[in-house]
Amino acid sequence: MTDQRQQRGDPDLGRTIATVPRRRSEIETVHRTDESPTDGRAPGSQRRRSPLRAPWWFLVPAVAMYVFVVVWPSLRGGFYAFTDWNGLSGDWQLVGFENFAEVFDDRRALSALKNTVLLAFVVTVVQNALGLGLAVALNGALKSRSVLRVLFFAPVVLTPLVSGYIWSFLLAPTGPLNTLLSTVGLESWRQDWLGNPSTALWAVCAAIIWQFTGYSMVIFLAGLQAIPEEINEAAAMDGAGPWRRFVSVTLPLINGSIVINVMLSLIGGLKQFDQVMAMTGGGPGIATETISTTIYKGAFSSGEYPVSIALAVVMTILIAVIASIQYRMTARKVT
Amino acid sequence: MHRYTVRTGLREAGVILVALVFLVPLLALTNVAFTPQGRPADALTISWPLSTDNFVQAWSQGALGGALVNSAVVAVLSVVGVVVIAAMASYPLARSTRRWSRGTFFFFLAGLLIPSQLGLLPLYVTMRDAGLLGTLWAVVLINIGGQLPFSIFLYTTFLRELPVEYEEAAVLDGCGPVRTFVSVVFPLLRAVTGTIVVLNSVSVWNEFFTPLLYLSGSGQTTAPVAIYNFVGQYVAQWPLVFAALLITILPVLILYFLLQKYIIRGFAGGLKG
Repeated sequence: MTDQRQQRGDPDLGRTIATVPRRRSEIETVHRTDESPTDGRAPGSQRRRSPLRAPWWFLVPAVAMYVFVVVWPSLRGGFYAFTDWNGLSGDWQLVGFENFAEVFDDRRALSALKNTVLLAFVVTVVQNALGLGLAVALNGALKSRSVLRVLFFAPVVLTPLVSGYIWSFLLAPTGPLNTLLSTVGLESWRQDWLGNPSTALWAVCAAIIWQFTGYSMVIFLAGLQAIPEEINEAAAMDGAGPWRRFVSVTLPLINGSIVINVMLSLIGGLKQFDQVMAMTGGGPGIATETISTTIYKGAFSSGEYPVSIALAVVMTILIAVIASIQYRMTARKVT
Repeated sequence: MHRYTVRTGLREAGVILVALVFLVPLLALTNVAFTPQGRPADALTISWPLSTDNFVQAWSQGALGGALVNSAVVAVLSVVGVVVIAAMASYPLARSTRRWSRGTFFFFLAGLLIPSQLGLLPLYVTMRDAGLLGTLWAVVLINIGGQLPFSIFLYTTFLRELPVEYEEAAVLDGCGPVRTFVSVVFPLLRAVTGTIVVLNSVSVWNEFFTPLLYLSGSGQTTAPVAIYNFVGQYVAQWPLVFAALLITILPVLILYFLLQKYIIRGFAGGLKG
């Protein structure tokens, strides 16, 4: 129940999982002291010479599986985006950028692009703001801290579909939220949250945010616990108030956690599929269609292969852009 | 150090209040699942006497038993596959100083950025031509291939930080590379293996898209696909639906509450890099 190591603020969450037996404790210490500061730096700058001979063929199964499942299909997918390949016959012809032009012509695909970017943005902002707030609130001498951390994190391990269904119930026309609104006299606010095109996307966002706020919180907590107590004390002695300390001391020091959290939630949002399928199936109409649901439907029910693949390429580009921004930010922080 | 003051107490009360609101969806899930059918399902109003009929009916009509077995088989095969293959791969990646070794490492890292949607159709066609559609093997293969980049990344960065002296001692004692890896290196990786098992188990268990696609029409399902089908069939019969949901997430919830410390650390630390 009580989490002693946590209380003292283990700066190295995760790496030092406590299953390591006692007799290896020396290795752990060595590893821990020289590892923490290098976190986030491009790996590979370590030892240069070793008499060991690690057999190269150990790589064969990994390379084979990875190429079969990820690399080769992705290369083909990227290539087929410039063809009229329809998945069924082996025939295809190069069509240049026609498929991409079609994406921007297709009402469903355009709506999907807009919804996905909006959803990713809203989820990222709200989820991280809430997660950071909870992390700051929990990062102290609270007695119920370990219990609260477990409770806030619990939704993260749920199947995303399940969180989608729970929220469908909560937001149903005669569901608990509408009942609550009537009870407190806000009768006019009642509505079919998932059936109304102007609220459905927000409802989906709510389910996602609820599920993953604990995730952001835990990553922020790890960042907060790595801040030495003395820094805050020094700032306090220099006359900095709590807010000033938070903005000028805490935030810069958890920059790494912020970047990781933002990237995780942005990329997760861009790939969003499960909650949408559970809650709205992309509807009403096309009001909550995302890139992933459109790809799925285009490829496996409406037969619009070329547009689907072009959309997937657009998604890949969006993710690559985010990742390169993230890389620049961490690189700047380290040097 | 922090002292427990009145302000801390107020803050604690505030956070507990937030936690209670935050838990409403989970409480609603449980409460509704025990609400007898025909009674109005409400989030928090308990409808006495509670009924377990929903669970019985959901179990038999949702084919949940088979789905849970499939999910377990897929999870075990995928996670064991990822651990073995990724740990093996990380050995030359971490220990070799050749240029190709770094190149291969970055080749795997690129996989962290490629969304599975890009290769979705070509892979589907390949699986179809290989006759793997509708089999659990397709799902297992895709899980392993998809999880490899991240697991290799964790193993390799961890192994690079470990001293080589143990392996050198084993080599001097006459161990071949395989023996050295199996008896010396892999046991030293135990901590990161734990992280990888935790992260991969949760994500494989919850994976919806791949089994939806590759098992459709085969009569086989995994837990998420089974509940997706079940909900499609019993729309808005919330007590029945929620009983089914609860059954499928129970294994994960039990593991979570038993191993919460390691699971939370796995998530917080594993993704730090």
